[in-house]
Amino acid sequence: MRAVSWIAISVFRESVRDRVPYNLVVFAVLLMASSYLLGQLTAGQDVKIIKDLGLAATAVFGLFIAVFIGIGLVSKEVERRSIYSLLAKPISRPQFIAGKYAGLVLTLAVNIAVMTCALYLVLAYMTWIGSPTLKSAWDAPGVDVALLKAIFLIFLELALITAVALFFSTFSTPLLAAALTFGIYVAGHFNADLRNFDRVVTPAPAVWLARGLYHVLPDFAAFDIKTQVVHGLPVPAGYIVSTAAYGMAYIAAVLLAATFIFSRRDFK
Amino acid sequence: MSAIRIEDLTKDYAIGFWRKRPYRALDRLSLEIRSGEVFGFLGPNGAGKTTTLKLLMQLIYPTSGHAEILGKPVGDVATRQRIGYLPENPSFYDYLTAEELLTYFARLFGYPAAERKRRVTMLLDRVGIAGERRLQLRKFSKGMIQRVGIAQALLNDPDVIFLDEPMSGLDPLGRRDVRSLILELREQGRTVFFSSHILADAEALCSRVAVVAGGRLAASGLLGDILAFEVRGWELVVTGAKPDVLASLSHIFTRRTEISPGRYALELSLDHPPEQVLSSLIASGASLISLNPIRDTLEDFFVRRVAEAGPRESNAVGPTAQIPRSGVG
Repeated sequence: MRAVSWIAISVFRESVRDRVPYNLVVFAVLLMASSYLLGQLTAGQDVKIIKDLGLAATAVFGLFIAVFIGIGLVSKEVERRSIYSLLAKPISRPQFIAGKYAGLVLTLAVNIAVMTCALYLVLAYMTWIGSPTLKSAWDAPGVDVALLKAIFLIFLELALITAVALFFSTFSTPLLAAALTFGIYVAGHFNADLRNFDRVVTPAPAVWLARGLYHVLPDFAAFDIKTQVVHGLPVPAGYIVSTAAYGMAYIAAVLLAATFIFSRRDFK
Repeated sequence: MSAIRIEDLTKDYAIGFWRKRPYRALDRLSLEIRSGEVFGFLGPNGAGKTTTLKLLMQLIYPTSGHAEILGKPVGDVATRQRIGYLPENPSFYDYLTAEELLTYFARLFGYPAAERKRRVTMLLDRVGIAGERRLQLRKFSKGMIQRVGIAQALLNDPDVIFLDEPMSGLDPLGRRDVRSLILELREQGRTVFFSSHILADAEALCSRVAVVAGGRLAASGLLGDILAFEVRGWELVVTGAKPDVLASLSHIFTRRTEISPGRYALELSLDHPPEQVLSSLIASGASLISLNPIRDTLEDFFVRRVAEAGPRESNAVGPTAQIPRSGVG
């Protein structure tokens, strides 16, 4: 367990020094600033727009971090042969995978925390300068703790995407792994459509295939509660817990598959 | 006691894009390396040296055969606490400093903070990069990276050290340092298994060697034994020999070189005993300076064995297999 944590800390340190996460955070902050400017032009809707854009930016920039750093975790390590020295140390291949994954999740968590702080700062400022008349038109309070529910599920969704990216990077090239991960991400967001495919398509094999994919692909749409939270609609705690359990079970399954493949791989 | 035991180790790779064909990179290699010896694993590029080392580190899995390090099957994670490994052309993390990298690896060995610091400081100093300890590795030259690689291989004070082309990328000073380091490890009773295609390194360092060519073991044994059977003539250095006497014996010499006026280096084949020639020369007034057997150098031996092993095509498994030149070493 200690070896896993040392590998994770090393991944975190390496990705923090690689300037990509910084750039993404800067972009996210800039986007939130622009959402503030946009809010100035739309009377009464400013806080809602800031929340919408802030959460979307957190998800999108988090997605780029998860995919682009996630696929590089193993493949870069193999390509530049730094894995040779590492695997000669007293660590097993499953520990290597677990450490790499934990390191990237730690990187993601820190990035999301920074983005969340930036979003709350903008919202606090809007609440501070907003008149009582304006605030009465808001669906939910400006500084709304319920946003954390959406951010928590965004984080879990990104952790799942990271696991998928890591899985593909254990056996394919970085480019292919990125394409496959984005493919899974897009397909996973339309998972509900696959479930009801028989309503639009009649051939039985196509329906079966869609049903099969529905059961195998991760249901990313389940993690998206941005609309409910922004509009102040209730999100039951049971939904959060069951979605979190689903996400963690899926992550565990993907990491197991990644470990299985990686443990049998030759590093030529 | 043997530190490393390799039995019939074989590695096939599948090559080709659509129609996969097997290619044999290593063919039934068997070796035993005793505890405390410096063992040279020699062969040209693509002979199977790196493949063997990767199999021993379980970076690749064997097609068949078996290997043990310190009495435990390769892949035993606990055994890695007692071994060190320098890969060929090592590469590390661009954004870590040399000190951070070694500290990271020392943590994986489970050393407490004070011990980590002591080992890292000592090794950075030992390999001559103490001044660059806080420089990120992406700014290091190839030779400096090689030194970092050697330092990380020695971090755990290993009983068995595997060095894949340890002199690669080093300048003459660096090569001398690594040689003295290997000799120091031998004096400390460590087992060193190093691969090289530079035979002078083996001649300077090894008690025993194995030569691989084309994925097969071409020879192994004591360096002296391998070369002892390879005396192929004699060299006499004489002075004061008369030109007419030398001319009368010219059919005996395989080479005659006038080193300086009146001083000659004369080479004889094994067919002509040196005593007879020497007595003829001394009778004509010449003086003997030296008489030495002409032995095959390891270089000669190496070239001959590689040629005997034949072209790499012989390693293809199956009737139509083609041979890649890269990816295996």
